[in-house]
Amino acid sequence: MITETHYLVLSAALFAIGVVGVMVRRNIVVVFMSIELMLNAVNINLVAYSHHLQHTVGQVFAVFVIAVAAAEAAVGLAILLAFYRNRETVNIDDMNLMKW
Amino acid sequence: MPPGLELRDFAALLPEIVLTVSALLLLVADVLLPRRGRVLASIALAGLAATAVALVPSANAHLEVANGLLAVDRFALFFKAVFLAAALLTVLMSIGYLEVEGARAGEYYFLVLCATLGMLVMAGSIDLITSFVGLETMALSFYILAGFIKPNPRANEAAVKYFLLGAFSLAILLYGMSLLYGLTGTTGLRVMAATLAGQPASPLAALAVMLVAAGMAFKIAAVPFHMWAPDVYEGAPTPITAFLSVGSKAAALAMLLRIFLEGVPSLDADWRPLFWLLAVLTMTVGNVAALTQSNVKRMLAYSSIAHVGYVLIGLVAGSSRGVTAMLVYVVVYAFMQLGAFTVIVLLHRRDLAGDALADFSGLSRRSPFAAFAMLVFLMSLGGIPPTAGFMGKFWLFGAAVEQGDYVLAVIGVINSALSIGYYARLIVYMYVKRETTGSEPVVSPALGLTLAVAVTATLLFGLYPRQLFSYAEVSARALGTGAVLRALR
Repeated sequence: MITETHYLVLSAALFAIGVVGVMVRRNIVVVFMSIELMLNAVNINLVAYSHHLQHTVGQVFAVFVIAVAAAEAAVGLAILLAFYRNRETVNIDDMNLMKW
Repeated sequence: MPPGLELRDFAALLPEIVLTVSALLLLVADVLLPRRGRVLASIALAGLAATAVALVPSANAHLEVANGLLAVDRFALFFKAVFLAAALLTVLMSIGYLEVEGARAGEYYFLVLCATLGMLVMAGSIDLITSFVGLETMALSFYILAGFIKPNPRANEAAVKYFLLGAFSLAILLYGMSLLYGLTGTTGLRVMAATLAGQPASPLAALAVMLVAAGMAFKIAAVPFHMWAPDVYEGAPTPITAFLSVGSKAAALAMLLRIFLEGVPSLDADWRPLFWLLAVLTMTVGNVAALTQSNVKRMLAYSSIAHVGYVLIGLVAGSSRGVTAMLVYVVVYAFMQLGAFTVIVLLHRRDLAGDALADFSGLSRRSPFAAFAMLVFLMSLGGIPPTAGFMGKFWLFGAAVEQGDYVLAVIGVINSALSIGYYARLIVYMYVKRETTGSEPVVSPALGLTLAVAVTATLLFGLYPRQLFSYAEVSARALGTGAVLRALR
């Protein structure tokens, strides 16, 4: 029997994998994919709670998160493309024009 | 009519509707009149002014609209007025900047209006879903604006950094929000407060509050979540840096106050020590890092981080006096910070960024008006009377003292004294150093107006702060039912 807790553990694991991915990966596209993973962990949480509470608002929230994540992907990849055109790299370590 | 929306809701949402329509009109005008920067700027200014007028009919309202998703009250009104003033000044200082850079004006002003729309929603939202949608409307516009000058590699880098850290912080914030939803079964902040008040403290609730606090700390650039701010502020177009450091910070503070004082006030044992620590770290790290900077935009970035630290003192105090002081400081900070960035825009030329410390050398001889304006802003930022910055800090530290938190007040005062060091260095460059870069900055009418408004506000609020303080007091009282704040103390 799969219970509420299983979903929450899955979501927490996904979120943690996402955070680690953001911290350790050097390719901006992979970092961005890790962030998407974190957002999907949020969605699992929301839908699991929504089902558990028999309350639809959580699912509405999840739909908004999906929509915003899509908008964010469009903007983010466009910004990355502009960066790539000038610098010909997508490595985080090459973002070093400004440092204190 | 969509379900759940009534006619009176539309009336109360008039400012948002007017702003959306103006933004769309601007897009159409951009197609019809391409490369007519001044015309497009006038449309943007007219749209923002019309939005400000649309605030008037519901100025004294105290409503919940759209099924409790948004509040139209004095608290929202106060912040909305600040956002619109900041947006108006930003458009004014952008006109010349865009002409020099040769950037497309239509999309630029459209995005500025969209960001403002997001801020209006954030100030009014009393529901997690509307808060987050407002936040993203603003943030997505700013990601694009930060990298708007596409051929400039610094702007590209700023946009990528801002986007990655913004999206990362959003995910953390949303994870916290999803836990709050699970704990309370609601996304409405006011219902949430009532539900949480009846629950025993739990580790999950503490975790949820910490995640939300961390996500919001990214947005207001509080230490240790501030790493993006100096790079983004340095790389973005200067008018956008100004708008980012004033508008987006004020909007995030409004959302922060809504969430923590209306949504989770009963968990204050969890979040109050957290914000205490954030306030101390933010003030100290911001000021110490600012001391070592040679780029003025970057120095102002660190100084704006430090100012967020001061503002957080009000939230830690949590009293109605503390919130009032925060609101006053947001207004004061908006004018002095926008003014300081306007002077940088003034020095900007095609071949010169105008943001190095050396560019300010001998400014008092080249442009006495600009140098005097910068002097007023720097004195205010440093908290020297008779400027507004002094009154703002006085009330913030006073709120901490009132709650018996002398340690926090003393740390604030020490930091304030420390900050005068780097502001004074810039003043020395302007008034004492010999001239190095020979050009005379030309004060265009738009920039002159921006500077005049900012200087007047900074001095006026310093000399006659009573009116501003009483507006802020009424607005702070509108937060929640007011009972929330009383229950806390």
